[in-house]
Amino acid sequence: MTGFLIRRIGQALVVVIGVILITFLMAKLIPGGEAKAVLGPKATPVTVARFNVQNGLNLPIWDQFWRYVEGLFAHLNLGYSFKYNQGVRQVIGERLPKTLTLVGVSVFISLIIAVPLGILQVVRRNKPIDYALTTSSFFFYAMPDFLLGTLLIIWFAFDLHWFPVSPPTDASAWAIFTDPRAFVLPVVTLAATSVASFSRYMRSSMMDALAQDFVRTARAKGASSRRVLYGHALRNALIPILTLLGLSLPAIVSGALIVENVFNYPGMGLLTVQSAFNDDIPVVLGTTLVITVATVIGSLMADILYAVADPRIRLGSD
Amino acid sequence: MTDSDDFRPDPVFNDDERQTPLPIGAGPTMTSGQLSEGDALVPEGGESRSTGGILRQMGRVFVENKLAVVGLGVIVLMVLFCFVGPHLYPTNQTDAQLVLQDSTSNAPPGNGNPLGTDSNGYNILGRLMFGGQASLIVGFASALVATVFGTLYGAMSGFFGSWFDSLLMRVVDVLLSIPVLFLLIALVTIYHQSEILLILVIAFVSWLVPARLVRGETLSLRNREYVQAVRVMGGSRTRIIGRHIIPNSVGTIVVFATFQIADSILLLAALGFLGLGVPAPQTDWGTMLSNGVDAAGSGYWWQIYPTGICIVLVVVAFNYVGDALRDSLEVRLQQR
Repeated sequence: MTGFLIRRIGQALVVVIGVILITFLMAKLIPGGEAKAVLGPKATPVTVARFNVQNGLNLPIWDQFWRYVEGLFAHLNLGYSFKYNQGVRQVIGERLPKTLTLVGVSVFISLIIAVPLGILQVVRRNKPIDYALTTSSFFFYAMPDFLLGTLLIIWFAFDLHWFPVSPPTDASAWAIFTDPRAFVLPVVTLAATSVASFSRYMRSSMMDALAQDFVRTARAKGASSRRVLYGHALRNALIPILTLLGLSLPAIVSGALIVENVFNYPGMGLLTVQSAFNDDIPVVLGTTLVITVATVIGSLMADILYAVADPRIRLGSD
Repeated sequence: MTDSDDFRPDPVFNDDERQTPLPIGAGPTMTSGQLSEGDALVPEGGESRSTGGILRQMGRVFVENKLAVVGLGVIVLMVLFCFVGPHLYPTNQTDAQLVLQDSTSNAPPGNGNPLGTDSNGYNILGRLMFGGQASLIVGFASALVATVFGTLYGAMSGFFGSWFDSLLMRVVDVLLSIPVLFLLIALVTIYHQSEILLILVIAFVSWLVPARLVRGETLSLRNREYVQAVRVMGGSRTRIIGRHIIPNSVGTIVVFATFQIADSILLLAALGFLGLGVPAPQTDWGTMLSNGVDAAGSGYWWQIYPTGICIVLVVVAFNYVGDALRDSLEVRLQQR
């Protein structure tokens, strides 16, 4: 268990350092140079040179990287947004929790829905309900999230007036709990794809578990089929879902970017796209770095849960 | 599926080893690709056991999958629609000034515009063809670039092994852990949009999976006896990778590329939807959808549904074809 944890945390650290290196290099590879990106294409060589000295851009690349890393870890300095005229950390500050609650709630709800759906499909396998669920999960899997979100807005906000078109623009990160009605459509949009893939996985993972020797042993002992299903098969089928969750997190976070833009919810995704329009490269790179680190931590937590839940790893000497 | 041993292509000289084929659907994981009994499952004496036969054999299993044939049909029709269509049904799609002179904006379907017009007065049926060109070209081209680069990268990584392999694979791990749309938008912000750059940028976020797949294949191939034999005979590394490892991974690569076209079309559509698609006067389906959404409150349904249907149709079609190709690859593996 400790061996597994150390290896897995080491792996996450390597990824974080790699991502820091990539965002750093992307800033260095801006066509025309960083100074021109901030000062505009008409900047004179003198102003460019002064900007470079002020921001340490005239130093050797390794010194620049070292300063960047030091700034990140010592002062949480993500750079400066000349469009917002404040630090990137301040710009990101209140938006990160909004994205985290949106993703967290969606993941939780998709698990709550997908696991029973997967079980239902196994219990009623090869019956009409199984085929119907399989077909609809393929449908939701193929449906792009921006299209699904748009259609939900047209049907349930414009036509039926069941839900607001978007959450209030001044919604806090906790509004998703205090004003759930405003978040039904965004969460449904974000959860749909995960429900489709998680329930598919749950179905096949349950089927695999049912084919195992220990299930036959349980049956031979005379355990009821309920007990075999929920006591033996389910417990073993649930564990791999955690791995899938860890692997799907980057895709879900990508989905959150779309959902925030469809529903005009001011989280990291909306900030990134708006900054892309503003050519605000420091903010775009900052959000990319921060959201990736958050994703890596999320996947790491899923894997640690997996290790705790799976006795083969928990009790393993390795 | 990454480092899986299941994806082990034909050993070229292991001809006399015959196995009875597994019945299809034996494992709980087999989902689609229902085959009619027998046919492709009966091993036919030795033929198609060379690499040249892989594609032919996959093709035979493929045509028995009805969904895949439908998918292929949809793709062919869509390509004809986008590239031949404008010649049969010419419309003005570039000059907004001229368009507004002889048509009204946001006109409902009918009256010379079978699918109505958009907020600029462009004929939507014609615009679907025009925008589809960019979507399909960028989809195909970026999938091609991503597959070729990923294949070479993965083959090199797996073949040379040791620290070189670890280094190359850590790069893949890092890039894969960045949520793809964030990476894509960062790249688009830095390297401003043009059709060529969009192709390269989408390829840049898509080569990672084929790199992993091909590396896995290479790891299992490079210790095969016939590869050892080439090495003993003095074959160069380039020759081993180019003539033996890549041709033997071709099934996996083709399957991946098919799924990747669908993914690339979706990525471009997502970028277009966010307002970061191909620049005007060119357009793509995502950009069209995004323009339609601005008017969604006004009930201009014809600006949303046709575009949405086009995107979903093409993506589902490529996924069906990819599924069928993967199944036929699995059948081929089971035959050994």
